[in-house]
Amino acid sequence: MSEAKVPAWVNIALIPFLNILLAFIVSGLVILAIGENPIEAAGYLVYGAFGYDEGIGYTLYYATNLIFTGLAVSVAFKGGLFNIGGEGQAYIGGLGVGLVCLALDHTMPLYIIAPLAIIGAAVFGAAWAYIPAYLQARRGSHIVITTIMFNFIASSLMVYLIVNWLKEDGRMAPNSRTFEENAWLPYLHELLSPLGIDIGDSPLNLAFIIALICCVFVWGLIWHTRWGYQLRTLGTNPTAARYAGIDTAKVTIWAMLISGGLAGFVGINEIMGVNHNLLLNFTAGYGFAGIAVSLMGRNHPIGIVLAAILFGALYQGGAELAFEIPTITPEIVVVIQGLVILFSGALEHMFKDRIEGFFIRRAVA
Amino acid sequence: MFETLILMLDATMRVSTPLIFAALAGLYSERAGIVDIGLEGKILGSAFAAAAGAAIFGSAWIGLCFGIMASISLAMIHGFACITHRGDHIVSGVAINTIVAGLTVTLSMDWFGMGGQTPTLSGDARFLSITLPFADALADVPVIGLIYSELLSGHNILVYLAFAMVPMTFWVVYKTRFGLRLRAVGENPHAVDTAGISVAFIRYRALIVCGILCGLAGAYLSTAHNAGFLKDMSAGKGYMALAALIFGKWRPVPVLFACLLFGFLDAVAVRMQGVVLPGIGEVPVQAIEVLPYVLTVLLLAGFIGKAVGPKAIGRPYVKERA
Repeated sequence: MSEAKVPAWVNIALIPFLNILLAFIVSGLVILAIGENPIEAAGYLVYGAFGYDEGIGYTLYYATNLIFTGLAVSVAFKGGLFNIGGEGQAYIGGLGVGLVCLALDHTMPLYIIAPLAIIGAAVFGAAWAYIPAYLQARRGSHIVITTIMFNFIASSLMVYLIVNWLKEDGRMAPNSRTFEENAWLPYLHELLSPLGIDIGDSPLNLAFIIALICCVFVWGLIWHTRWGYQLRTLGTNPTAARYAGIDTAKVTIWAMLISGGLAGFVGINEIMGVNHNLLLNFTAGYGFAGIAVSLMGRNHPIGIVLAAILFGALYQGGAELAFEIPTITPEIVVVIQGLVILFSGALEHMFKDRIEGFFIRRAVA
Repeated sequence: MFETLILMLDATMRVSTPLIFAALAGLYSERAGIVDIGLEGKILGSAFAAAAGAAIFGSAWIGLCFGIMASISLAMIHGFACITHRGDHIVSGVAINTIVAGLTVTLSMDWFGMGGQTPTLSGDARFLSITLPFADALADVPVIGLIYSELLSGHNILVYLAFAMVPMTFWVVYKTRFGLRLRAVGENPHAVDTAGISVAFIRYRALIVCGILCGLAGAYLSTAHNAGFLKDMSAGKGYMALAALIFGKWRPVPVLFACLLFGFLDAVAVRMQGVVLPGIGEVPVQAIEVLPYVLTVLLLAGFIGKAVGPKAIGRPYVKERA
């Protein structure tokens, strides 16, 4: 069984396409069971996501979060680690952003706050990933279980901090005060309108550009540095990595730090870019969606961007769909997301082995 | 003081019940070598199916059957991915949790149109509390009366069933042929295969048991503890059960005590809301809420004892071919 005989496009394009197709077919059956027309639903979905400027803006805004969490999952995955704690790391990363903004928005201009907030997001997110990473690397506890536990701990910690310390005085709503406008990350439509480009009002902001920069950074780090080589070796064969003299514990910890930092950047988009205050549950499942994005994107930055745009389109199109056909809830998107994880993750061997076998047989014949 | 304690223990029993079902479900699955972080999804799926069944047919028992069937189906998907197609157990579990979270809301909106809830259940559509014999008569007897009438009596049948499942599981896992094979499959599947026993078949059966128990946990939530299904009503109970399973080191009786401890902490958290302790001040509810997770992390890290799972856990079994 030599994989070399399988044409590259099969693994890069055909198998992911079949997986997503299957996920859509099953979701279509669900919509059919509800008594609606799946084709009509798909039409609304595509129109909502790409049919007009605001729609595209929203799609890319959702995609921004998904690129961050997708990259986070994939960096850990490259090292054979399953970081299921993106949700918690993003939440704590948002705390870092919020604290920087709350501390400096009265005194500092944006060009000082923004870099500090980015550092805050990365440091807080990475710190939250450090403890599970340390425990996995040095004390042998399983990273999946510890990161799950840390999601819950993060959630309780944030409720405590926001309700008891950061809540605006005299208000019932559990969120901090709104930042001054000089701590708001500029919207892309604001940046582009002086240039005469009109992209419609949407929450799409500078964080999207940061997400794309992160993609390049991750690509360079994993495929073009010595550390990236060590990480991939660890992920492919930990025994070989140890035998080759790689400090696997150190690589593990650094992989999780980078992963946590990337997840933390969700806070930049949500807290500094859109909500402009520190609030509860702003992560809204993006951490878990990152798993689907990373699986779908084959753990490669380009794939992740494409998968993130696909899922962003589902989020935005799903909202449009629920508006047009009220019997369908936006949660149908969560179903599709789960099906994608099932088919392209858990059942990856179902198609892969057969299709690869087909191409190998054809190459031999 | 004594009465408060009894009332808190009473609440502990109610809160622990779904944890006990789910943790024992996880025990069967993980002892057979299948990691199951899909407990959460199975509980939620069963809670919805049970509430929907009970609402439509007006019987909690029919609801329970639906709940168990839904949960077994999800367990079979997990088995199909992990056993038949050698997929990643964690990924499959995440997939199941995600699908169920979306599907329950989508379907309940379509069937009942109440913003993702099911109609409120009453009468036969719920499991009502059972008063044990002489409970009222004995209520005035000091100490014992209170324990008997408040703590032991007045729960619904699923609570008693959950506690009965613990010795039952102990017997199945340690005293039966199936249990021996179950443990062997989780520790050394090659040995089991060499003995001519199908690894896949044992693992599938373990997952069916897992499905039944998660079904009971879900049905308890929606048709006994509450009167209907609410969106995301499992609220992390599956993960907490997983924590209890690890905390109980994958053994039935310690798992029971872990569930009771976590349930008790929950009861304490509810009671401590806004209470000012002398010398300490107000203890934040969140600090008590996170204790189960913190304790599990500490245990896993080997700071308090050591938790070692089944040896072959999470690894697909590939038959060797000559």
